[in-house]
Amino acid sequence: MDCSHVFEFKVNRLIVVFALFLAFFSVTPAAFAQVDSLATDSTHAETKAEKKFDIGKFALHHIADSHSWHVIGHTYINLPVILYTPNGLVTFSSGEFNHDDEATVVVERNGQRFVKMHEKIYYASEVANAHGQYVELDEKHHALNKRPLDLSITKNVCTLLLSVLVLLAVFFNVASGYRKRKGKSPKGLQSWMEPIILFVRDDIAKPNLGHKYERFMPYLLTVFFFIWFNNMLGLVPFLPGGANLTGNIAVTMILAIATFGITVFNGNKYYWKHIFMPDVPWWMYIVMVPVELFGIFTKPIALMIRLFANITAGHILVLSLICLVFVFNSLYIAPISIAFAVFIGAIELLVAFIQAFIFTILSALFIGMAIEEHH
Amino acid sequence: MELLLPEFGLVIFQSIAFLLLMFLLAKFAWKPILAAIKEREQSIDEALNKAELAKQEMARLTSQNEELMKEARAERDSILKEAKTLKDNILTEAKTQAHSEGAKLIEKAKIEIENQKKAALAELKNQVSTLSLDIAERVLRNQLQDKAKQEDLVANLLKDVELN
Repeated sequence: MDCSHVFEFKVNRLIVVFALFLAFFSVTPAAFAQVDSLATDSTHAETKAEKKFDIGKFALHHIADSHSWHVIGHTYINLPVILYTPNGLVTFSSGEFNHDDEATVVVERNGQRFVKMHEKIYYASEVANAHGQYVELDEKHHALNKRPLDLSITKNVCTLLLSVLVLLAVFFNVASGYRKRKGKSPKGLQSWMEPIILFVRDDIAKPNLGHKYERFMPYLLTVFFFIWFNNMLGLVPFLPGGANLTGNIAVTMILAIATFGITVFNGNKYYWKHIFMPDVPWWMYIVMVPVELFGIFTKPIALMIRLFANITAGHILVLSLICLVFVFNSLYIAPISIAFAVFIGAIELLVAFIQAFIFTILSALFIGMAIEEHH
Repeated sequence: MELLLPEFGLVIFQSIAFLLLMFLLAKFAWKPILAAIKEREQSIDEALNKAELAKQEMARLTSQNEELMKEARAERDSILKEAKTLKDNILTEAKTQAHSEGAKLIEKAKIEIENQKKAALAELKNQVSTLSLDIAERVLRNQLQDKAKQEDLVANLLKDVELN
């Protein structure tokens, strides 16, 4: 199959330009941070401990999943904790941890004791360590305690459910538009979504899948809109958004596994022949077969990492720019960091669409390679 | 590094939610939407094809009309031509007939005149002879009133006879 059209696509050239741009800006805050820490070291050595602002920790905390949803100031929505333990299902509000994230507050349920550290729930140790933490730590401050099976409704799960509801509401509405105005021109939400549906069909599915495209349309459309909606929802900094769902490896892993499964289960004999008996001299099989087998797995893994890394990087970038204020410890830097954050935010809007597009077109490409007929 | 480790809970929730979403959307959204779009595209194609056919039909009808007009015009021309020749024929025929009729009449008239002339001449001759006889009688009568003259005449007549 000819894949060249993917790389000729204008958007990809745009991505390259923006990637270089992003790379430049992602380096800059780190350099600033270093300068700042040097300055702090020399001038305010005595207040270093309280002034020191760890931008990396802050950003990672914000892009990670959470058991509570920050609304504003000290207001949080406490999400339910659901744990599957040997003693049965344990449920309680995450509010019981009292916003502790360093394993100092123990919650006892069904004769089991739990602590929360870095948004992960552990079985608490019998006694606290020197810092009052009920966990054992290794030298890198990672908890060594065992973890129960965590099925909690976290921030990401909430966003996931919300996005599912939004997608269902939007597309049921669109579908009802087609039922109501049968054969007529689209209206409202329907006319907004139709070009995108047609884009997925005509520019993603048809060129890659050929005449058998219709079978894979439900998957491609679902995956495209799921990624796109969630990317956009992630860009909203306040309540309904703010979670980093498509920048979470678990989510992108499931999406990549879906593409992988469809590719493997729809692969025809030509596809498998190409992998196990490629048209090369037999002694080349020693190299080719492992490489091809490896290729089956690297493709979905690349899909998984690409989406995760792009969205996470975008979030980190915006957070870092905002954090410039705290890094410089000056309000005068705010206009600059806001201007940059707005600029990156605008690019992230574009990236939200492009990443959904790339995930979908590459899925279509991989499926297309598996179902391609050779004559 | 923690970012790269998928959380089991989210994996479960994502699998269930995504499968459910795909199932619901496929059944209640994508199927009717794609079917409706396809149907509409087909109906648009059909309408365009129909319009194209109608256009062709129109063109065909127009050319047919033109053909008919041309034919009608040619027919009219031929009819007019025919009528003209017919008229000319009739005229010439009438003319020749009139000529011959006139000639005949003239001929008849001439014959009649000739006849009349002959009759008149014959009558004139008769009249002249009668008159001459009358005149001769009267002259004779006058001349024969005296005896001398009668004798002269007889003598003369006799002379003539002798000569013969």
